Amino acid sequence: MRLSPDEIIFWQHGFLKLNATIVFTWGLMLVLAVGSKIITRKLSTGLKRSRWQNLLEIVVTGIEKQIEEVGLGQPQKYLGFLGTLFLFVAAASLCTVIPGYEPPTGSLSTTAALALCVFVAVPFFGIEEQGMGNYLESYVKPTFIMLPFNIISEISRTLALAVRLFGNMMSGAMIIGILLTITPFIFPIIMTALGLLTGMVQAYIFSILAAVYIAAATRVRKPKPEPDAKHSSMNYDNKRRYYG
Amino acid sequence: MDNMTIIAVASIVIAGITTGFGTMAPALGEGRSVAAALSSLAQQPDASATITRTLFVGLAMIESTAIYCFVVSMILIFANPFWNHVIAQVGGK
Repeated sequence: MRLSPDEIIFWQHGFLKLNATIVFTWGLMLVLAVGSKIITRKLSTGLKRSRWQNLLEIVVTGIEKQIEEVGLGQPQKYLGFLGTLFLFVAAASLCTVIPGYEPPTGSLSTTAALALCVFVAVPFFGIEEQGMGNYLESYVKPTFIMLPFNIISEISRTLALAVRLFGNMMSGAMIIGILLTITPFIFPIIMTALGLLTGMVQAYIFSILAAVYIAAATRVRKPKPEPDAKHSSMNYDNKRRYYG
Repeated sequence: MDNMTIIAVASIVIAGITTGFGTMAPALGEGRSVAAALSSLAQQPDASATITRTLFVGLAMIESTAIYCFVVSMILIFANPFWNHVIAQVGGK
């Protein structure tokens, strides 16, 4: 039994290998990129719009709302990164309904790469929002003793992100493989349906956790906004100017 | 028993024990957190969005400990470094 799609090799020349993980990752990237390019080629601002545009608008505004609820003030800024993470992981697990497809997130190298992206993005957004000094200072808060623990937590949560996604995806494929040998007809279908649900939940969790980490890194010390949160996002820039 | 048998038996038994015992505590913890979330949902249905989101994130955190155990037992069964070491030694002889 295979542990990951890394072991399916389509083409090999010397040390260059083309395994299923790479092929399916690039396939997904192609589908996502070309699909959204085709849909956004002719956007309409009127009342009449294509159903694909409706779909994309639902997806984008939904992600934006979720990011905002986590506590990131300007969801537009983080939409590119977090939305891509969510869409890729979700598409990777939703495509398991296609026969012969293996989710690339079932390989530890893919999930480690995604987690490393988060690992790099958190200080990037943090420094961009707070400035270098303030961001580095957040490591020694509340006291200097916390410095090693903060660094350890930074590394361990990256590891946790990678292993969590990998473990969930791999276990889904593994359970279906084991059930196929025991009870070939009905139960694998049920487990596949359950795997789709788990995949969506994992995609949601992966992007929400990334958003939470970024929100923790970009939190600027300032008074809490007023309870009427509906308007606070609109004049966020004014407020920042006001509070300095 | 020679070394190979000992390693094989130890790996298989420990793989089972790891997943079996390792999923017990997260299962209890998840049950408790879902129960708490349900009762607070019943008390405050308005806060359902926040409660659900926090619940999901918390469940993922709890579940990851079980996933670690599962990954360890999968490594013990399918990609066991000790087993590979012994096989390489036997092959080398």
